[in-house]
Amino acid sequence: MTISIDPQKTNNESLQPKGWLRYFSFSLDHKVIGIQYLVCGFLFYLIGGTLASAIRIELASPMSDFMPRDVYNQVLTLHGTIMIFLWIVPVVNGAFGNYLIPFYVGARDMAFPRLNAVAFWLIPPSGLMLVASYFVEGAAQAGWTAYPPLSITTPQSGQIIWILSVLLLGGSSIFGGINFIATIIKLRRPGLKLMQLPMYCWAMLGTSLLVVLSTPVLAGTLILLSFDIIANTGFFNPVLGGNVVVYQHLFWFYSHPAVYIMVLPAFGLVSEILPIHARKPLFGYTTMVFSIMGIVVLGLVVWAHHMFTSGTPPWMRLFFTIATAFIAVPTGIKFFNWVATLWGGKISINSAMLFSCGFIINFVFGGITGVALAQVPFDIHVHDTYFVVAHFHYIVYGGTVFIIFSSIYHWFPKVTGKMLNEKLGILHFIITFIGFNLCFAPQHWLGLNGMPRRVAEYDPQFQFVNQISSLGALLMAISTIPFLINVFLSVRNGKDAGDNPWNALTPEWLTSSPPPIENWEGEAPLVEEPYGYGKNF
Amino acid sequence: MTTLDSSKEIQKNNSEVNETHEDFRMFGLITFLIADGMTFAGFFAAYLTYKAVNPLPDGAIYELELPIPTLNTILLLVSSATFHKAGKALLKDKNSESQKWLFFTAFLGIIFLICQLFEYFHLPFGLTDNLFASTFYALTGFHGLHVTLGTLMILIIAWQSRIKGGRLTSQNMFPLEAVELYWHFVDGIWVILFIILYLL
Repeated sequence: MTISIDPQKTNNESLQPKGWLRYFSFSLDHKVIGIQYLVCGFLFYLIGGTLASAIRIELASPMSDFMPRDVYNQVLTLHGTIMIFLWIVPVVNGAFGNYLIPFYVGARDMAFPRLNAVAFWLIPPSGLMLVASYFVEGAAQAGWTAYPPLSITTPQSGQIIWILSVLLLGGSSIFGGINFIATIIKLRRPGLKLMQLPMYCWAMLGTSLLVVLSTPVLAGTLILLSFDIIANTGFFNPVLGGNVVVYQHLFWFYSHPAVYIMVLPAFGLVSEILPIHARKPLFGYTTMVFSIMGIVVLGLVVWAHHMFTSGTPPWMRLFFTIATAFIAVPTGIKFFNWVATLWGGKISINSAMLFSCGFIINFVFGGITGVALAQVPFDIHVHDTYFVVAHFHYIVYGGTVFIIFSSIYHWFPKVTGKMLNEKLGILHFIITFIGFNLCFAPQHWLGLNGMPRRVAEYDPQFQFVNQISSLGALLMAISTIPFLINVFLSVRNGKDAGDNPWNALTPEWLTSSPPPIENWEGEAPLVEEPYGYGKNF
Repeated sequence: MTTLDSSKEIQKNNSEVNETHEDFRMFGLITFLIADGMTFAGFFAAYLTYKAVNPLPDGAIYELELPIPTLNTILLLVSSATFHKAGKALLKDKNSESQKWLFFTAFLGIIFLICQLFEYFHLPFGLTDNLFASTFYALTGFHGLHVTLGTLMILIIAWQSRIKGGRLTSQNMFPLEAVELYWHFVDGIWVILFIILYLL
């Protein structure tokens, strides 16, 4: 069966508000929704960043003098939840996915535009609800993992609001995932083969599979947890005969794939950015595709490596250690492919390239500590210490957030038609890179020496290293200033970019910048070689 | 360059031609049902783990009787067949016959829910009595929620398949096909649930 699209119905320009007002409307245009995701995510990034600063100020001294201990717990819970569910997941999936995927598959919009808008508009209310919970009897205190019995015994209202908010955000994520799968599989332009798609499509296909398969399990688990809190059932409450380890299994069945949901799209984005700025084809396209799918499959069967200290039986430790170590193989393939893409290329040193290279460096560190953490004896030693915090932030900040900034520098001319200022961009990179490494590299040492995470107070012997870390956090906070100045100045008086400032071959650049309402004036171009740089046509 | 044809003439012509694409609403629904199925899979996994590692404490009551759930299984299986009949009838443009089958399916769904509530009120344990009681109510309750939504959707499409002014016709089968797939899904989940909760 086919559906015919009546041009009068789809071109409902007159019905949609124009100018900046459309970003506050229930717009069905995938480009508008992408920008909505990005700006909304960035606002929450600023909130989450403020909370992170509060954490680092508190940890500058060994006593809990900046805020009371329970407030510290609320701040770290909100920081984790906001950064993961309201900044990284929506931006790296929702924002860039919505903006780019229809271009890459040669479509005029996503497969389900209405569902797409619904998925976005679930985010602001749930985010505001989460932030507001701080002012109602205090926010949740059990960390972003919400492990029972801690989450059952801490004040209820904050925890329940936290659960509701995460459920809504999970729903948004699932709707987005369904949309991406349908768009990539079903909405490809005639003649465009799967193995001709830009790498970001593959990354988003893999990510969306993980979202669809694992997020519902978290939703079910959180519903059971809310029963434990409200209705006094005992699913996860040992006092009532429940089993806390079941919660951990179900939670990590989502939350380990969630790490890949946060980092796989970044793998895709960096694979788009590197070939364009190095003027070389992406190295090893096929191996890249298979490594993404390998990570998806392996990512679903490694969750219990978060639980080596939860009384896991030996066979389970053995299996999950080996499975986790295996993930290093596809990830390593991707890393070497990126390096090989750069090798011998005609590299432009611009902000997008610098942030991408920063990503590669940070990600290797995060990857190595990841393999180390998969080994049971080592994991038991550093479990729940700052070593884990350092590893996680190397992946999620040093990896994904660096790529988010890289992508903003890369696609800003596409969205606005203006270039970002390169000098401010390079300044932004230098401060971020130094600040980030200064903040998180010392935390490896802290963790190895036994400083536990999520505690407001610590042994005074760690004070000096913690202060170095806090100094790095200060630099990271400062790094946002040149970026914001850059964006505001460039939107108003930036240099005109033209349609294709990077001379790129991927389909989103083969139209005007900013693109027309249905992406192309005529038929969508058929791009058979998205990375055909340096070849003669 | 790539095979980009940027001839102005072709562009102009194309923008006036109606574009067509495949109907992938069913594809989206199937993806959603896989996601929904994963929620149940999580619940089932939790229940089976509890069964394996958490013994029932002394004095706790957790006994289930088979007659009502067996009747419920039969009701849902029959309702899947009657729904299928409704689709067949609509395909042959027999709208009123299709509507009758739809109402009958919804009726079976309502009977299922009534039986379920009857079972709830006559069980010797309540929601918070013990771990297995809680899991039982959570699983059957979550499934019952699905049946309730399914029944409402069946009633809606039964209304839409009315002769005068109804939008459900043999040319527009999607609403019926979508609800039918959902109903079969809910039915399948019940069969698994029946085996795991009552028979194991």
